[in-house]
Amino acid sequence: MTAAVSFQQVSRHFGAVKAVDQVDLTIAEGEFFAMLGPSGSGKTTCLRLIAGFDQPTAGHIEIFGETAEGVPPNRRSVNTVFQDYALFPHMSVLDNVAYGLMVKGEAKAPRREKAADALRMVKLADYGGRRPSQLSGGQRQRVALARALVNRPRVLLLDEPLGALDLKLREQMQDELKDLQRELGITFVFVTHDQGEALSMADRVAVFNEGKVIQVGPPAEIYARPRTRFVADFVGSSNLLPPALTKTLGGPSRWASLRPEAIRMGETGITGRVLSTRYLGAATRVSLDVGGTRLAALSAAGEIPPRPGDSIGLSWDADALHFMADE
Amino acid sequence: MSGAGLIWSQPVSRADRLSDFLWRRPRVLLFLLLAPPLLWLGVIYVGSLFALLLQSFFSIDEFSGLIKYELTLKTYGELFRPANFDIILRTVTMAAVVTLASAVLAFPIAYYAARFARGRWKALFYLGVMLPLWSSYLVKVYAWKLILAKEGIVNWGLDAVGLTFLLDSILAIPVIGGNSLSVSYIGTFLVFVYVWSPFMILPVQAALERVPGNLLEASGDLGASSRQTFRHVIFPLALPGIVAGSIFTFSLTLGDYIIPQIIGSSRLFIGQAVYAHQGTAGNIPLAAAFAVVPILIMVLYLWAAKRQGAFDAL
Repeated sequence: MTAAVSFQQVSRHFGAVKAVDQVDLTIAEGEFFAMLGPSGSGKTTCLRLIAGFDQPTAGHIEIFGETAEGVPPNRRSVNTVFQDYALFPHMSVLDNVAYGLMVKGEAKAPRREKAADALRMVKLADYGGRRPSQLSGGQRQRVALARALVNRPRVLLLDEPLGALDLKLREQMQDELKDLQRELGITFVFVTHDQGEALSMADRVAVFNEGKVIQVGPPAEIYARPRTRFVADFVGSSNLLPPALTKTLGGPSRWASLRPEAIRMGETGITGRVLSTRYLGAATRVSLDVGGTRLAALSAAGEIPPRPGDSIGLSWDADALHFMADE
Repeated sequence: MSGAGLIWSQPVSRADRLSDFLWRRPRVLLFLLLAPPLLWLGVIYVGSLFALLLQSFFSIDEFSGLIKYELTLKTYGELFRPANFDIILRTVTMAAVVTLASAVLAFPIAYYAARFARGRWKALFYLGVMLPLWSSYLVKVYAWKLILAKEGIVNWGLDAVGLTFLLDSILAIPVIGGNSLSVSYIGTFLVFVYVWSPFMILPVQAALERVPGNLLEASGDLGASSRQTFRHVIFPLALPGIVAGSIFTFSLTLGDYIIPQIIGSSRLFIGQAVYAHQGTAGNIPLAAAFAVVPILIMVLYLWAAKRQGAFDAL
């Protein structure tokens, strides 16, 4: 099967700044693909390369097997949901949604009908006559989504679409986006710096740092088996064990990650001293000191958490300790 | 022991007390700030306009040449006499053509300045646009007279490259042509466009500056060609700026009486008519009626622009 999007050694340099540096990526058709990374890591530039707003300085991009270089955005069957929505302020919501159909020369009646359908899909059926300025952030977000989807793109690009929404709305939109993607079967490429968002929504995640892709894989794999310290640090609240500590524990002298929930607190195992505890509701996060390394463990809601100053025994299953590429 | 002075710093001077008072009564501050400009606008500005309007409803006694202080529409009727109506038509046509040319000329410059110019180039743009405004209007107009005269640099330059026949054929066009550029309507038009174009460039640039770049990307992303993006996104969003600029170019041209007097055929424009009637002719009512014409035209123009949706993007 042809990949929806494929990057082969793609670079985008701005003078000395390597925004994207020799990236290889393959995004399958119908996939919900997240590009995760801190700001300036190159994820948004990659999105802009797919959309056609920007051209690579080296390498090759294919969209459904066709060369993308030199093809302007308006000739790509790719649509974008912009970070700040980029709705046209001088048009009604309905005209915004119908814009793509209008410029393709579709007649007024059918395009209005399709636009109204798209608005219904994002639950804004009654808002067609309003101006974007009369909508809330969440509503604008939905209009932007409808405006992109009404064109039936082969690939939908979403640039931090939930960044401007408050927490509750964000969680609701995450569910809706996921449902929509499943329903339509369109390839979604989603850029975010929020690891929770990426892990909860995507089929596969690419973790970016400094213009390079560090790791690509399903969320569970990214979370459980981070390839480098950067991934472990950025993706989860994982504990990082330095080579010195792993060596004393009898392992190879390499950095390892250990998830807080994998640590059992009790009588046996290596000794740790409790530094502080933090109540999180569903659990209590316990901060520990093990021979100069700080570790975090979770104490489930029913248990009585240890008190600061206590010395306790820590143990975990051997396979919970994941060794990474960095020495 | 009382705590006063420990928690709050006490007002010491009269200025402190005044500042506290104004903080407690923000409306008083607002009133103090607005009173002078409102007085100026209300009494001197609108008041004199009203006085002008009133004058136009008086008439002049044909025999004595004195103003008859009775309300009448007779003076307005005089505007429709062929000689006077020609002046109005001539001025409005000139103002419309000047406005159109300024808009066409200003748009690319403003677009470049808003979208592409950065730092030093932007400073250079502002300097280039504003610099002509710093020098005397009269000097500029007389300079243009020399440029456009038969012995001027335009003729000389065209002669040097052997294109005199081109200028001659343009000047041979009836009505807008003439003996030389400096005594033709084309000359008047060129100088009007030169003098007023900064008033078009700056508002258009300000309007374009406010168009976020991602709207243009969104338009392209949704399948629009550059032309479609211009037509459906850039132009409608720049329209309030173009209208604002055209208010300047249009009304300034309607009211100007110096440029057509120095450069152009000797036929009158509204401004010259007002000047002549209030001065030597002593016909203040007719001068006032002439002066009302541009106001009326601007009101109609703005009303039409609003109806066309020119301000929807504001």
